[in-house]
Amino acid sequence: MTMTKTADSSAPAEYDGKFLSVNDLRVQFSTEDGIVKAVDGLSFDLERGKTLGIVGESGSGKSVTNLSILGLHNSKTTEVTGEILMEGEDLLTVKEKRLEHLRGNKMAMIFQDPLTALSPFYTIGRQIMEPYRKHTGASKKDARARAIEMLEKVGIPQPNRRVDDYPHQFSGGMRQRAMIAMALVCDPDLIIADEPTTALDVTVQAQILDLLKELQQEFGSAIIFITHDLGVIANMADDIMVMYGGRAVERGSVSQVLYEPDHPYTWGLLSSMPRLSGDVNEELRAIRGTPPSLLNPPPGCAFNPRCDFADQVAGNKCREVRPDLGEGRAAACHLSADQKQTFFVEHIKPRLG
Amino acid sequence: MLRFLVRRVLGASVILLLISAVTFFLFFAAPGDPALLACGKNCTPDALTIIRENLGLDKSIPHQYWLFLSGIFTGRDFAIGHCDAPCLGVSFNDRTMVWDTIIDRLPVTVSLTVGGLIIFLTLGIGAGLLAAAKKGTMVDKAASSTSLVLSSLQIYFIGPVVLGAVVYSTGWLDAPQYNEFFDGPMAWAAGLLIPWVVMSLIFTAQYTRMTRAMMIEQLQEDHVRTARAKGMGSKYVFFRYAWRGAMVPIVTILGMDLGGMLGGAVVTEMTFGLAGIGRLAVDSVVNVDLPLTMGVMLVGATFILLFNILVDAAYAFIDPRVRLS
Amino acid sequence: MSEELTLTKPTDAVPASGEPLLTARDLTMHFPIHGGFPFKRKVGAVQAVDKVDLDVYPGESFGLVGESGCGKSTTGRLLTRLLEPSGGTLQYQGTDITKATRKQLAPIRSEIQMIFQDPYSALNPRQTVGRIITSPMEVNDINPSGGREARARELLEIVGLNPEHYNRFPHEFSGGQRQRIGVARALALEPKLIVADEPVSALDVSIQAQVINLMQKVQRELGIAFVFIAHDLAIVRHFSQRLAVMYLGKIVEVGDRDSIYLRPRHPYTHALLSAVPEATGPREDGKKERIRLAGDVPSPISPPSGCRFRTRCWKAQDICASEEPPLVQISGNAAGHLTACHFPEEGTTEATSQDVVMDPALQSLESQHD
Repeated sequence: MTMTKTADSSAPAEYDGKFLSVNDLRVQFSTEDGIVKAVDGLSFDLERGKTLGIVGESGSGKSVTNLSILGLHNSKTTEVTGEILMEGEDLLTVKEKRLEHLRGNKMAMIFQDPLTALSPFYTIGRQIMEPYRKHTGASKKDARARAIEMLEKVGIPQPNRRVDDYPHQFSGGMRQRAMIAMALVCDPDLIIADEPTTALDVTVQAQILDLLKELQQEFGSAIIFITHDLGVIANMADDIMVMYGGRAVERGSVSQVLYEPDHPYTWGLLSSMPRLSGDVNEELRAIRGTPPSLLNPPPGCAFNPRCDFADQVAGNKCREVRPDLGEGRAAACHLSADQKQTFFVEHIKPRLG
Repeated sequence: MLRFLVRRVLGASVILLLISAVTFFLFFAAPGDPALLACGKNCTPDALTIIRENLGLDKSIPHQYWLFLSGIFTGRDFAIGHCDAPCLGVSFNDRTMVWDTIIDRLPVTVSLTVGGLIIFLTLGIGAGLLAAAKKGTMVDKAASSTSLVLSSLQIYFIGPVVLGAVVYSTGWLDAPQYNEFFDGPMAWAAGLLIPWVVMSLIFTAQYTRMTRAMMIEQLQEDHVRTARAKGMGSKYVFFRYAWRGAMVPIVTILGMDLGGMLGGAVVTEMTFGLAGIGRLAVDSVVNVDLPLTMGVMLVGATFILLFNILVDAAYAFIDPRVRLS
Repeated sequence: MSEELTLTKPTDAVPASGEPLLTARDLTMHFPIHGGFPFKRKVGAVQAVDKVDLDVYPGESFGLVGESGCGKSTTGRLLTRLLEPSGGTLQYQGTDITKATRKQLAPIRSEIQMIFQDPYSALNPRQTVGRIITSPMEVNDINPSGGREARARELLEIVGLNPEHYNRFPHEFSGGQRQRIGVARALALEPKLIVADEPVSALDVSIQAQVINLMQKVQRELGIAFVFIAHDLAIVRHFSQRLAVMYLGKIVEVGDRDSIYLRPRHPYTHALLSAVPEATGPREDGKKERIRLAGDVPSPISPPSGCRFRTRCWKAQDICASEEPPLVQISGNAAGHLTACHFPEEGTTEATSQDVVMDPALQSLESQHD
């Protein structure tokens, strides 16, 4: 372990292309029932220091995408194709050793449930020190000092005492803070946060989200923030990608996607959700039906069986032809721009308050 | 930790007391009169009375129980001489000190159990870890199917078959026998090799399957994934994270199996003609030998309780959640 | 979905009037903790619910909100008498059911039903949907005209499922559909009150609205009173005309929807409302007050003395530790809007001149970056 962090992190300064670029990512699992296309042709870019929010429900492929970036899928049962370029290096083709070097070092992950995501058998301190020692070659003493420093940074009171505690001795919010300390310990360029506040109470969530934003400013990391909660994403992200049935259906800046959404699924999400300022006498507009099976996705647009506007497209296009997601600000939908504008203004906008 | 130990030892003592009482009174509830048995064919009523007196059977049952209990702590005097504490009495059958007999037989059973234990833990856990690491490959399939077959082989079936094959018909190995460990470890091991292997077959198979299942479950745990996401090497994650987690249930099962192995000692010793505690237990019951039955019972129970305490201590050692709450 | 549901035009503000259906006074649930050496004895108690007063009126939807450990679920179980309270009284239509035995409860059981959070574990996987819905009728000896099966099929239709699914098993349904089965089961006994404990929090966002709409339809059309327990403030606001905010086993504030959401007085209610992340709101950002508490909720085993919120409150003073604030109507508040606070906040959620940031780590980072 002679490679030090400083020697290695000099590389990015020379690289001036896109920081992270995912191109036509496909992830397939073989199961007893057949092939599950968990992610099906996904592309997106992320700039250094920015936050991309990925929104979707269970089975939309949002978590699978991010496990592929870290290379955490079981290669025996999972087929991952496409390109994941981080500073020009394709993470799908590099050796496992190289991935191990990048994980926890240049890219780190914050998981949903800090209770199960931290090992019950080792102290918080040890779990924070592990990646630091591995990636920087620091001595035990230095690593411990670093762990205490990180715990203090994320707001654990009495960090030099709590460093020797086990996860079960921490409260839920503190565990997630420790998890964040663990992710940031090597000052990564990319943080993947997978529903990091879903298991937390709302007042604790607010603390953690604000903390994460401040720490991002300090560390300058890019964040991929995965959530099902549009409210959380509105607070955290610069850009939003909405996923449905393993594909991105809409992409744009936060204000574009939340205030001028273009995809009927995004409309559905926004208008099915009660809000604090909404009209309580207005019935919620639920999306009918259930999310699609990834074993047997519907032909055409995956959302068509639940879409209220599929009949507005001439021919049977929504049920036969899969719409593509264009570059940049885009929505994968066959409706014309005029139609989208009309439907949104007439049916959706009045409900959004 | 000390509090834990004190509490467990106290609890175990109460259980031992209960076991001894139940055994004692059950003995008298069962048919068979030890005095009549000792008296032989041409028994006269007078002779019977004397024998009863000698054996202490003339006293009331609670009184006899009291004498037995106090003897454990203070020692007792018998016609054949003083019996030092811990005194478990004198055998009805051959008028020897029960404690001495047990001490004499114990090494056989301990050797059998410990040897078997080492073999099945090493092989079983080793094979299980290997199968889990190579899940889905030929290695895994071979380990899984072999263990499935082996786990159905009962010792009283496979024992004689092995004996017949490698001892009696081919003469490759000597018949199992017990040699003192301190007289020569090689002879000790050679004499017990067949019983060890045979008795550990089933356990090896069970531990292979269990270890494999636990490891596969652990490898899918979130905290194992976190460790990988931190960039820790796959071997490190496998042993430090997954195996650590799998140990908890394995230790639990092991605690139960250790007790089971003592019970199984009867079958093993009978099958291979070894004179250990298991054999002694059967003989004592057949001979309606109360002091011997009580002695074997108590010693066996003590071991099982001891294992339980050890397992709980190991548990606390492995899992800080147990230790710190 | 919406086309299947015929919702009567929602009438807001069902007045909290008349005789309450269910009345709790000083309702308390302390779960004993056993331990000690050498013999186990009671060494403490989890004060899950502590002296809670509340009334549920016929036909209304009463919300219970709060964070984990606030006792809202335990309160729900006490109200349905799935748990026996360790203190206080509980009256159903004037009858004291605090300590009622199984037998005494039998006639009431059918009138108070419960819907659970997890639609996967709340339904017996070995029973068909029909059986799940009819067995409560059998147990309570209810014989609808036309028979139980016909009634069950009718209920399936009411909750938006196909009556032909009568003979299917729960695993054949999705999460949202299972929650509909849960609703159908609760309706089978024609209850007067349904206690719904986090009924949608295990469901996907797009499915939540379906189930909420269904329950709203049931509440309004059948006039069933609901106690709606949830941690999501926006959902409770949508569903409940009245609500109570709980913190560490206590009700800290109770009132009608507008009072709580527009004119909250308790600092904790302010903190909760401020913490709710909103996807789209009035676009003039920064108008909502910003309150960030420090740390997590303390343990209910040894809650803080006096006001339980004081350890995280920015307005706390000495009196808050020594004296428990009573739940009272503060002057200027609407009738029925009660607050338990010595130093209530202004009745508004608009931003004041300064943010309240209690978290030290957040404070120091923010001051660095300003």
